[in-house]
Amino acid sequence: MAPDSLAYIFLNAFLVNNFVLALFLGLCPFMGVSGKIKTAAPMGAAVMFVMLVASTCAFGINHLLVRFDIEYLRLIAYIAVIASAVQLVEMTIKKLSPTLFRMLGIFLPLITTNCAILGMALFQTFLEYSFVQSLVYSLGAGAGFSLALLLMAGMREKLDLADMPDTCMGAAAALMIAGLLSLAFMGFAGLGG
Amino acid sequence: MTSATRATPPLDRQTLTEGLWKENPVFVMMLGLCPALAVSNTAANALAMGLASTFVLLGSSLLISLLRNFIPKQVRIASYIIIIATFVTAVDYIIHALSLELYNALGAFIQLIVVNCAILGRAEAYASKHPVRHSLVNGFGMGAGFTLALVMVGAVREVLGFGSLFGVSLFGDQFQPWAVFILPPGGFFVLSLWLVLFALVAKRRAVKEVRHGT
Repeated sequence: MAPDSLAYIFLNAFLVNNFVLALFLGLCPFMGVSGKIKTAAPMGAAVMFVMLVASTCAFGINHLLVRFDIEYLRLIAYIAVIASAVQLVEMTIKKLSPTLFRMLGIFLPLITTNCAILGMALFQTFLEYSFVQSLVYSLGAGAGFSLALLLMAGMREKLDLADMPDTCMGAAAALMIAGLLSLAFMGFAGLGG
Repeated sequence: MTSATRATPPLDRQTLTEGLWKENPVFVMMLGLCPALAVSNTAANALAMGLASTFVLLGSSLLISLLRNFIPKQVRIASYIIIIATFVTAVDYIIHALSLELYNALGAFIQLIVVNCAILGRAEAYASKHPVRHSLVNGFGMGAGFTLALVMVGAVREVLGFGSLFGVSLFGDQFQPWAVFILPPGGFFVLSLWLVLFALVAKRRAVKEVRHGT
């Protein structure tokens, strides 16, 4: 596949360079809400939505910034857009499902500081993707984040029942699993060539 | 607004040291994991990242603490982020000017300091409620703790993965590099092993205290 084909871009963001397991982006929510599948799934969906919005806005903003030669404002502009998008999602979820809103708790507003989203916006700028390519890239990144989150949640649910030495419980075990997952994802490295 | 009237605690050693170990952002609070794992494949990169983050932490602590009575409560998070983003942009340009090699090694992760939750967490939990002096000292402690954690992870990864420390070869030519430790999984493994080690030490200490009847 050609490196600028849409399928390649999607697979690249989804599996090969998975945002969480290969690029270490978005680890805080990854560790924080991956305890149960019931919270992991909506979190993944929320992040995916914010990514799409952020990608669209970032593309437009970058054009404006380049046009007026004020690229040094890029970081500030991007983060402001992401913060607004997160606010939008937060209000929507609060309105639609107060239970879910309480379950996600502090991690919902913290999507703003989810480096996966800012990272995605920055990468698509560095890679000079076109508008459609950017959208596909953000979709792949969001899907990759959700996939990693769900895989992790499934394993941690099983892990709760496992008999483990108590020094390894909690964060240490979660990180070890993430390491193994990451090792597994390295197997995708040749995919798409 | 309420913070000005509240009695300020004395500026003691606790303010400085709590971030260094007891509330270490990476090892204890699990904040700022992304840069801690992503750029810690060599000790030098880890140190540079730690110093850059410390600079941002100090700058943002100073400004946020100064403005703490002027920033309206409703838009505080957005204001903090903008302040932090300003300092990060500065760091980005400084590193670019100082060392292109380092700039390329750290890549987008310099700009991603903006979303380092350890920094925003400090702004929200400390700098917005304490006077400038306290915030600076506390920010410095936190930054040092973050740098320490990064270098600890980075050093282990570099020794195992490259057979060197800060670029100095340790084992000679015979060394067979353990490549997985400089790849992404290695970051997870090393941090996990540090956590297990700390838990073991804490447990042993607790057992000892029980035995001494304290």
